[in-house]
Amino acid sequence: MSSDMSNSGHKPDGGSAQPKAPPANQPKFWNDPKKRSLLFQTLLLAVLGYFFYSVVDNTLTNLEQRGITTGFDFLTQEAGFGIAMSLIEYTEASSYGATFFVGLLNTVLIAAMGIIAATILGFLIGIARLSDNWLISKISAVYIEIFRNIPLLLQIFFWYFAVLRTLPHPRQSIEFFSSFLNNRGLIVPAPVAEDGFGIVIFGFFAALVGSWFMSRWAKKRQEDTGQQFPIFWASVGLILGVPLLLFLVSGMPMVLEHPELKGFNFRGGITVIPELIALWLALSIYTAAFIAETVRAGILAVSHGQTEAASALGLPKAKTLRFIVIPQALRVIIPPLTSQYLNLTKNSSLATAIGYPDLVNVFAGTTLNQTGQAIEVIAMTMAVYLTLSLVTSMFMNWYNARIQLTER
Amino acid sequence: MKKNLISATALMVAMSGTAMAGTLETVQERGAVQCGVTGGVPGFSVPDDKGNWKGLDVDLCRAVAAAVLGDATKVKFVPLNAKERFTALVSGEVDMLSRVTTWTQTRDTQLGINFAGVNYYDGQGFLVKKELGLKSVKELDGATVCVQSGTTTELNMADYFRTHGISYTPVVFDTNDQAAQAFDSGRCDSFTTDLSQAAGLRTRMQDPSAVGALPEVISKEPLGPVVRQGDDQWFNIVKWTHNAMLNAEELGVSSGNADKMKAESSDPNVKRLLGLDGPKGKGLGLADDWAFQVVKQVGNYSEAYERNVGKDSPLGLDRGINALWNQGGLQYAPPMR
Repeated sequence: MSSDMSNSGHKPDGGSAQPKAPPANQPKFWNDPKKRSLLFQTLLLAVLGYFFYSVVDNTLTNLEQRGITTGFDFLTQEAGFGIAMSLIEYTEASSYGATFFVGLLNTVLIAAMGIIAATILGFLIGIARLSDNWLISKISAVYIEIFRNIPLLLQIFFWYFAVLRTLPHPRQSIEFFSSFLNNRGLIVPAPVAEDGFGIVIFGFFAALVGSWFMSRWAKKRQEDTGQQFPIFWASVGLILGVPLLLFLVSGMPMVLEHPELKGFNFRGGITVIPELIALWLALSIYTAAFIAETVRAGILAVSHGQTEAASALGLPKAKTLRFIVIPQALRVIIPPLTSQYLNLTKNSSLATAIGYPDLVNVFAGTTLNQTGQAIEVIAMTMAVYLTLSLVTSMFMNWYNARIQLTER
Repeated sequence: MKKNLISATALMVAMSGTAMAGTLETVQERGAVQCGVTGGVPGFSVPDDKGNWKGLDVDLCRAVAAAVLGDATKVKFVPLNAKERFTALVSGEVDMLSRVTTWTQTRDTQLGINFAGVNYYDGQGFLVKKELGLKSVKELDGATVCVQSGTTTELNMADYFRTHGISYTPVVFDTNDQAAQAFDSGRCDSFTTDLSQAAGLRTRMQDPSAVGALPEVISKEPLGPVVRQGDDQWFNIVKWTHNAMLNAEELGVSSGNADKMKAESSDPNVKRLLGLDGPKGKGLGLADDWAFQVVKQVGNYSEAYERNVGKDSPLGLDRGINALWNQGGLQYAPPMR
């Protein structure tokens, strides 16, 4: 194949040089495979372009004929409906465009929370599945088989009704650490920053940067001298300690706003709605079962010789896992893990079934119906999921490339 | 979501294709009216234990089938939720909607649909548990309210609470049924919807007697059948089917006496209604006895009202503003002449 290419490749290769001196035995252009394929590709592209143009054009014309409003003007109109949970300032007087961002952020929130929880749980269970302890390994096997094989929607309903039906009314709330748990959700005190709190935040970021430099220094020192440095605990101490110290020194510039039962419900504090809890539990537990299997597969893919070599060197079991097995297993784990993250993000649209105000519920639900502009709204919603998925997969591809075996 | 997506795609396909044939011809060829109804609102459209659809909205679908095909049973009911309904209608999935849909300016003018009358004058109210001892909607400050997504109800509530300075948290569900269940299980302090639907959904709650409606009616909800814009013939058929049921009540013609009236009555109004005289079915493109078939097979408006939502039904609603105009209500049909 490659030799073939190099034989014939010389002549037609330089397209710009060709018109000057066409060789006498130059084939007709329809006999030249390169030009012919170019011609067909151009034709196909033109046909495709025309197809999409005519679909869009016909749609617009027909929508107009039937008196259906089109365009994106509705995004600036006042929405006029309330949303139960919003990460940004939102009132009934906000625009339809604002409902888009409220929904988008709620979707991103549930996806991020789900991905973090599912990853931690999935890794734990995947490793437990390979444990020598019979009970632990069987329990994780049972977990995987149960949660992997029940449809996600049913699990969401299960958690929603399990959460809802068992929790008390606001008046009989379960109280702990000045937080309250009832069927309106989990209400926790809200931290309200006062003047001077900025220094604590600054301290936190300074500690982050500091621990990054420290880890570089520790790595270099280990490579040079072989001496180890407890980098993990030192970083934790730095990242927690510095802001805490600054907080105390600056006179604790923060108050907690305690929730209070007034009338129907608690006022003040932060309310985590039960829909969010139920959806988060369902998505994490369901996806964790798949991640666990991925992790198990990854670990089993590391040849047994590696483990034996490690124990021959006298490495303890935990260190073998941390330094030998997992870094190699990650190469196998990351690609399927990416698919699981994408699935989780897309599955979060099932939120609409229990009334969690995600993008599909708020924007492709209420907004679509109030404005009636189905095509625009659905197109925007699909674009969001596509973008979210592409971003996730770009990040994971970057990470995957980073952890590939580097040859020294 | 999925259904919504399919509808949107169908709309896209339908809109990008060529113009559709007239609805009347399509229905006659198919031999059945495809009617969009709710997934289950007692009294308006709900399947009974044998799977037969029952309700005031259902009867209107049957009446249209009787007028167009001469057979009230030739209806295919398509349950739609609030979000799907207009897309399903405009994309041609259904021929008409008869599913407790409020007539508003936006819907009438921007969605490519037309409202063909009002078969129930309704208003929005709030259900609460009686044990709370509430007397007014204004006492709901801070309450959590369950509501169906994509309805005028959602907007009315937001408007009302905003103008009265009442804070609230909405919990929004796909169907009214889910919203009612969530209220019943204690997720919300109140459940808001049109009062007629509230009456129906209340009958399904664990303890209907423990649930009551607050006195305020915060909106006008004229509910009626909807057709696609741009097909005037079909629009007229649906509009006049409803008018025929009202006129039949006014003239005292019912399913029980329709045959007798047709044979014996000398009242020119009755004769015109039953197709013996007057405009008959020509202008609508229907058989001359179309209105006779409607009354004979489905009944007049009063019959439909009483058996589905009236005093003796589980909902037990008074005629109220839905009485005929000459009995103090709003139901007023133009004359058939």
